[in-house]
Amino acid sequence: MNFTRETWISLVLVLVLLTIPYAALQLGNPFYVTLATRMAILGLAAVGLNIALGLGGLVSFGHAAFFGIGGYAAGILASHAFSGQPLNFGLFSVAGTNSMPIIWMVAIIGGGLLAAAIGAISLRTSGVYFIMITLAFAQMTFYFAISWPAYGGEDGLSIFVRNGFPGVNTLVPINFFLICYALLIGGLLVFALLRNSRFGAALQAARQNEVRLASVGIAPFRIRLAAFVISGAITALAGALYADLNRFVSPSMLSWHMSGEFIVLIILGGVGRLAGPVAGAMLFVMFEFILGGLTERWQLFLGLVLLGVVLFARGGLIGLLAGRARHG
Amino acid sequence: MAEAILDIRDLCKNFGALKATENVSLDLRPGEIHALIGPNGAGKSTLIHQIAGTLRPDSGAIDFLGHPVGHLGTAERARLGLGRSFQVSSLVPEFSALRNVMLAVQSRQGSSFRFFRPVMADASLVDPAMGALTRVGLEDRARVPAAELSHGERRQLEIAIALALGSKAFMLDEPMAGMGLEGSRQLTAFLDRLRDEAPILLVEHDMDAVFALADRISVLVYGRVIASGKVDEIRNDKEVRRAYLGDDA
Repeated sequence: MNFTRETWISLVLVLVLLTIPYAALQLGNPFYVTLATRMAILGLAAVGLNIALGLGGLVSFGHAAFFGIGGYAAGILASHAFSGQPLNFGLFSVAGTNSMPIIWMVAIIGGGLLAAAIGAISLRTSGVYFIMITLAFAQMTFYFAISWPAYGGEDGLSIFVRNGFPGVNTLVPINFFLICYALLIGGLLVFALLRNSRFGAALQAARQNEVRLASVGIAPFRIRLAAFVISGAITALAGALYADLNRFVSPSMLSWHMSGEFIVLIILGGVGRLAGPVAGAMLFVMFEFILGGLTERWQLFLGLVLLGVVLFARGGLIGLLAGRARHG
Repeated sequence: MAEAILDIRDLCKNFGALKATENVSLDLRPGEIHALIGPNGAGKSTLIHQIAGTLRPDSGAIDFLGHPVGHLGTAERARLGLGRSFQVSSLVPEFSALRNVMLAVQSRQGSSFRFFRPVMADASLVDPAMGALTRVGLEDRARVPAAELSHGERRQLEIAIALALGSKAFMLDEPMAGMGLEGSRQLTAFLDRLRDEAPILLVEHDMDAVFALADRISVLVYGRVIASGKVDEIRNDKEVRRAYLGDDA
């Protein structure tokens, strides 16, 4: 592995994120542990989107659907474990669970299946139409959740006790942070491997010139669909963690604000860059906390920052620090 | 006579009232260069698009290697071995020349659904790609992004990609366009040797190159093939001279 400047910056960013909660505990400010956990989870969700958007050029404005389905996987399974009622699927029924690894698997599979269905239709369009159709699908899941009273409808669904992980007390904030952080690192590894693989080469070529890709014999549609599924699955995993962080799931996780937030994270950090989503999530949560403490209208200032990034620093924070991306 | 590699019969394509392709039949046989010439707007590129699969003909048949391919998409036809270069270079701009060629090598090896092994450390991709670049004389420019290559180098790169694809037939759309005198001369010599590997359907405006290279020539005017035959027959064909070469040619 050759260590480029970008690799170093990515490493530093990831280490800074790791030190935040420990520094917070030293300073007697445990609330910052929650902020760092939020950074890790939003970062992971954006790592998922970065596969579709950054590598594949697929501007999905509907990733909240996957984030939300992950959240509801956690909420629904936990509520059944809490009440002791099995989930009834008609022909068979399954007991609920409060084991994180099982919930994660369900979230990943659920997110992947939903992404396969949405992608199979959406990926037949491109450009603005793709943006709008992914938005439409996400809004459908949003209204479905609102109108489904069994799991709280508009009021959402509480998780009374944070789900458990074998051998770890997840109620201790720093432990839960470490779980989220480890999954973020896992997500980054998947992204890095994908980007340099044959699949990643085809995906990036599909973004830049799909006619060229087809004329060497690789059909862009299947490559994009696979990328969309992987992307949705990772974002769904982040959704399950987000539900456990807040101990609450509601349709707001499925709303278009959430989808927009993921895109903003990636643009802030650097589109298609390995650590772009991490940088973006750290900046975003910081803005939200610092500016949000000063004024209710903090999003106005976030908008100005975003404007600045789009006008003057196209590569986001990573682009500013590491320069343009290079492809061997 | 050997069986045709590429066989096109009665191809028709209309854009509204415009007959872009009208009952075009032509074939490509092993070892030959079949040149397709005609004035601007004759429908040469439209024809190439239909053969490559980017445009669907209204009627007619296309057989490649003895199998009908009319129902197949671009990618499937390319995988069967139909390599092409574009009239306006079409490359992956951020990828280096090498990675552009490697994409063709990975396609030829069958699967792009491999998610973990880094491509740059994969000799089974890098070596054949370097080989193809060396054949077109681009080995020193392997690591340069396609967007930074000169016009002539991009044309060479397109041919390297078609080589790496293991093409059973080449369709080259104006490969000489914009090349300097020396570049054209080198490319002419290269194509002259390439025909032994796989036949070439050559769309070209450079008549010196066409007359030097072609085994057969078909002349396309207003979507119709007005003449087809050996170089001397075309040179002396009255209708061709009037329609295209100019009477004093």
